[in-house]
Amino acid sequence: MNKRFEAYSFPDATGHFGPYGGIFVAETLQAALLELNLEYAKAQADPAFIAEFQRELKYYVGRPSPIYYAKRLSDELGGAQIYLKREDLNHTGAHKINNTIGQALLARRMGKPRVIAETGAGQHGVASATVAARYGLECVVYMGIDDVRRQAQNVYRMKLLGATVVPVESGSRTLKDALNEAMRDWVTNVESTFYIIGTVAGPHPYPMMVRDFNSVVGKECVVQMPEMIGRQPDAVLACVGGGSNAMGIFFDYIPHGNVRLIGCEAGGEGVETGKHSASLTAGTPGVLHGNRTYLLQDANGQIVDTHSVSAGLDYPGVGPEHAWLKDSGRAEYVAVNDDEALAAFHRLCRTEGIIPALESSHAVAQAMKMAPTMSKHQVLLVNLSGRGDKDMATVAERSGLQFFCRASCQAAAESR
Amino acid sequence: MARTGSRIEAAFARLVAEHRKALIPFITVGDPALATTLPLMHELVKAGADVIELGVPFSDPMADGPVIQRASERALKHGVGLNDVLACVTQFRTTNQITPVVLMGYANPIERMGLDVFADAAVVAGVDGVLVVDYPPEESAALLAAMDSRGIDTIYLLSPTSSAERIKRVAMAARGYVYYVSLKGVTGAGNIDTQEVGRKIAEIKAEVNIPVGVGFGIRDGATARLVSEVADAVVIGSRIIQEIESSTPENVIANVGKLVGSFRSAMDA
Repeated sequence: MNKRFEAYSFPDATGHFGPYGGIFVAETLQAALLELNLEYAKAQADPAFIAEFQRELKYYVGRPSPIYYAKRLSDELGGAQIYLKREDLNHTGAHKINNTIGQALLARRMGKPRVIAETGAGQHGVASATVAARYGLECVVYMGIDDVRRQAQNVYRMKLLGATVVPVESGSRTLKDALNEAMRDWVTNVESTFYIIGTVAGPHPYPMMVRDFNSVVGKECVVQMPEMIGRQPDAVLACVGGGSNAMGIFFDYIPHGNVRLIGCEAGGEGVETGKHSASLTAGTPGVLHGNRTYLLQDANGQIVDTHSVSAGLDYPGVGPEHAWLKDSGRAEYVAVNDDEALAAFHRLCRTEGIIPALESSHAVAQAMKMAPTMSKHQVLLVNLSGRGDKDMATVAERSGLQFFCRASCQAAAESR
Repeated sequence: MARTGSRIEAAFARLVAEHRKALIPFITVGDPALATTLPLMHELVKAGADVIELGVPFSDPMADGPVIQRASERALKHGVGLNDVLACVTQFRTTNQITPVVLMGYANPIERMGLDVFADAAVVAGVDGVLVVDYPPEESAALLAAMDSRGIDTIYLLSPTSSAERIKRVAMAARGYVYYVSLKGVTGAGNIDTQEVGRKIAEIKAEVNIPVGVGFGIRDGATARLVSEVADAVVIGSRIIQEIESSTPENVIANVGKLVGSFRSAMDA
């Protein structure tokens, strides 16, 4: 079955995944994207570049990350066996570092002394600031001012790492506006600056490049699963905001037609309430941030405000390759609500001693929903894309507790 | 390609005969209020505008600076969308059949309306040109075909970083006039280097046989004057929006008229 995906080779030469993707940017950025495209192709063909990337993943990130068999959770649920790909054990605590190392090495190769990044929850900002420190690059991170307040600890982490955090006050003052602002910085300082996009969105070659750097996750799983259970899993699950951790684990499984690929979007307070970030489940195709993809938009084509308990999934678009995987039927996408994600968060803490990121908790929740309906000989592989330390204040607040040093952290974050 | 019989072509032909350069002011529809846009358009003409660029509000104007983004945000607060923009042009055309109107905005509101629905509505309203900032020639074959078949000009951007190859590519697709973005950055950014602009425009004119306008960073009459010596048209955007921001509902129309008039006299002096 699914033979047509055995020779999957998207995107095409112009950066399209079927009708999605592309390069929808003003003329002012065309030359920079062309240069990036050429330099990335050269780097990919250079064994020295690949070797250095792999060396960094091994000794700096700590790869390969293990797959962990969540036996107690599986036994409790009484159905399919659940395995967790432990991206939370990476340096900086999430999959994001795989991509930022790749792009920072590319920036260095291209002779760009300055990197910029956008961030929502702050994870990509921290991963960018980390690699900038590691390679001696100047780093500026754009972050919506509402997120600066909500994620004060990560703002402070970025500052410790030597980055400058610029609060963005335009638009809805969240991730999408940070991305707009970073694009503006790039177009203005394009000669000295490399823009490290944090997800599989943006104009070509970003969706491809970010996927490629993250695909180490799935590559490892394809080898690790047969070592552990003698075969590939029945389904691979990952949360989807922009979709970088999902593309990272899905990509090498695309030709494995018997493995279901399930992306878990943020259903927020419920898709029916309109307060969610489930672009593939409830959105329509359009053009935003340099690519055509599914978007959450109103009748006038304006991008609408999104909601999720996890800041990392709070984005009104989604990577164009996911749009294509949805339309082509190769992957399925479901919405998981805030409450379900929080319940999964608590349950994984208690049954396995693992505190997952709220983003990853969406994928855990979907696995918890599916497992009891499946036989105990079936296997679900969940990408545990990040750890939940950054979410302590959010979870405590949702539980009615206020023990966290929010005020003092916020003061530290805002003193610049 | 120059389109025989279009308002844009007629406007530039008239200017050539008069040895003058085109002044193209930009305003966002619905800023500061929807009811202000129509009287503002007429005032722009009175003050010496040869073409009017109307901004279509968009929630994520990635290529614009903070000033034009704020104009978009003010318009969006009133719920102004592409339909309102088209309605403004329809009303404008009831009394003005001469001044070309060009819509400038982003792809998503047009795609949401549907390319053909938009194209039909635009031609009925009396729109003369469309500039979609995030539709480079490579991604806009469908728009170009839809506009060509209805006699509307598709206007494209060129920038200081455009290679000779890209200039050729844009030259093939461009209709009406070409909009040269005079600096690396977003709208409303710092000051432009007019000598550098002149050099690049000479390069563009070797490939493009329609008028070339210059925009981004023209903030005063003196700069407009210098630019008009090397270009066929001068586009003023952020400076006008700033005037709108610093005005009251009572004096906004008079203030904008005075500002545009000052650009006109500097260019014609």
